[in-house]
Amino acid sequence: MSTVIVTTVVITLVGVIVGLALVYTGKKFRVEIDPRESAVRENLPGNNCGACGFAGCDAMAAAIARGEAPVNGCPVGGQAAADRIAAVMGVDSQAQEKKVAFIRCKGTCEVTHDQANYIGVKDCRSAVLNGLNVTECEYGCLGFGSCAAVCPQNAIRIRNGVAVVERDRCVGCGLCAKACPRGLIDLMPASHHVAVQCSNKDKGPVVKKLCTAGCIGCMLCTRQCGYDAVHVENSLARIDYSKCTQCGKCAEKCPVKVIIPPVAPAEGKEA
Amino acid sequence: MKALILIVVSGALINNVVLNQFLGICSFLGVSKQMKASASLGFAVIFVITIASAVASLLYDFVLKPFGIEFMKTIVFILVIAALVQIVEMFLKKKSPAIYKSLGIFLPLITTNCAVLGVALTNVQNGYNFTECVLSGFGTAVGFTIAIVLLASVRVRIREEDLPAPLRGAPIVLISAALMSIAFMGFGGLSF
Repeated sequence: MSTVIVTTVVITLVGVIVGLALVYTGKKFRVEIDPRESAVRENLPGNNCGACGFAGCDAMAAAIARGEAPVNGCPVGGQAAADRIAAVMGVDSQAQEKKVAFIRCKGTCEVTHDQANYIGVKDCRSAVLNGLNVTECEYGCLGFGSCAAVCPQNAIRIRNGVAVVERDRCVGCGLCAKACPRGLIDLMPASHHVAVQCSNKDKGPVVKKLCTAGCIGCMLCTRQCGYDAVHVENSLARIDYSKCTQCGKCAEKCPVKVIIPPVAPAEGKEA
Repeated sequence: MKALILIVVSGALINNVVLNQFLGICSFLGVSKQMKASASLGFAVIFVITIASAVASLLYDFVLKPFGIEFMKTIVFILVIAALVQIVEMFLKKKSPAIYKSLGIFLPLITTNCAVLGVALTNVQNGYNFTECVLSGFGTAVGFTIAIVLLASVRVRIREEDLPAPLRGAPIVLISAALMSIAFMGFGGLSF
């Protein structure tokens, strides 16, 4: 019986002392923080997943309060959290639509080939430094994954020789676009799907020899488009995302199927 | 002196906390995606385990033993370690924001890591005195850091590879960790 009493008393005392010590240090070492920071923090989900690229929700809230991170940077909270945080920070959440990276090349091993066997460091930037074109297409994806290496979300994979972005993981930070030595990576609105998956500026017959999936600059898409959103420059079609309504007519007519069609009718905006 | 060095080496390599004792696996697998994050976690663990072992040792010798209630050690250690980390965190936030920033979220996260509690309990089980406890805690934490940085460097390389679909993600990480564990068994043959 006495053991029970001693245990209870000692453990309670330890608990009380520890509790008091916490209260004391909490008061003594109080740090003044930006009041907006805690307000922002309350509107973040708080699961510390790190998907925003920061070390947890506290770090993200601090970055938003300092104005270094976008108010809609939390992929978990989505639009609802972005709106509330925008209200705290006094900015418009719509002004910064979520973007995702898009790789403008579909030159997989089946449709194009390497012209040199590069055996150096497995990195796109060092592969272009040697001055030779490793791939037959001098505009195409090298597939050594410099973009994948810098991606904080692990959202880029090399599939069959070409980098592919997993859109639901991408947070649109744009690090990959800076890393790509061939400038293949674009940031486009996350709601957008229709895009030209090629960067080759060669003339049509040249492209046809290099890659069966490349844009040949035939202008069929330009004629199809009723919104003046597709233009062919330097024998390469580009889509103006601000004008495109994702009707998908250009993708249907494209003879080389280099334009990605709108995915599901439910997801894509109606024309 | 030789015995003290042996405690550190044994904690770091021979009885590696992750790869031989299988403690702290969750953070080992969870935070080993990138070298930078795993290194900061490693340093936070060294920091916390060393302090926790010291406090746990004092508490055991001067509170639990005199009252004859050693059996309460698990509960008391959890309570005190959790509070201690909070206090240290508040202290660092005020006095040394640079350290606080570099340890970041990891400081509160590893409070409840089983490796921290495991080390404190193993220490008193082995009947270590205060110095031995601190050194053992430090050695073990260094072992954790070595293991997690190694695994992170393996994972950074694996990530780029085109793996067979069933192995992608967790399976290949567990296989890598298992292979590392087998390699670390080799240290069992070290003799002094």
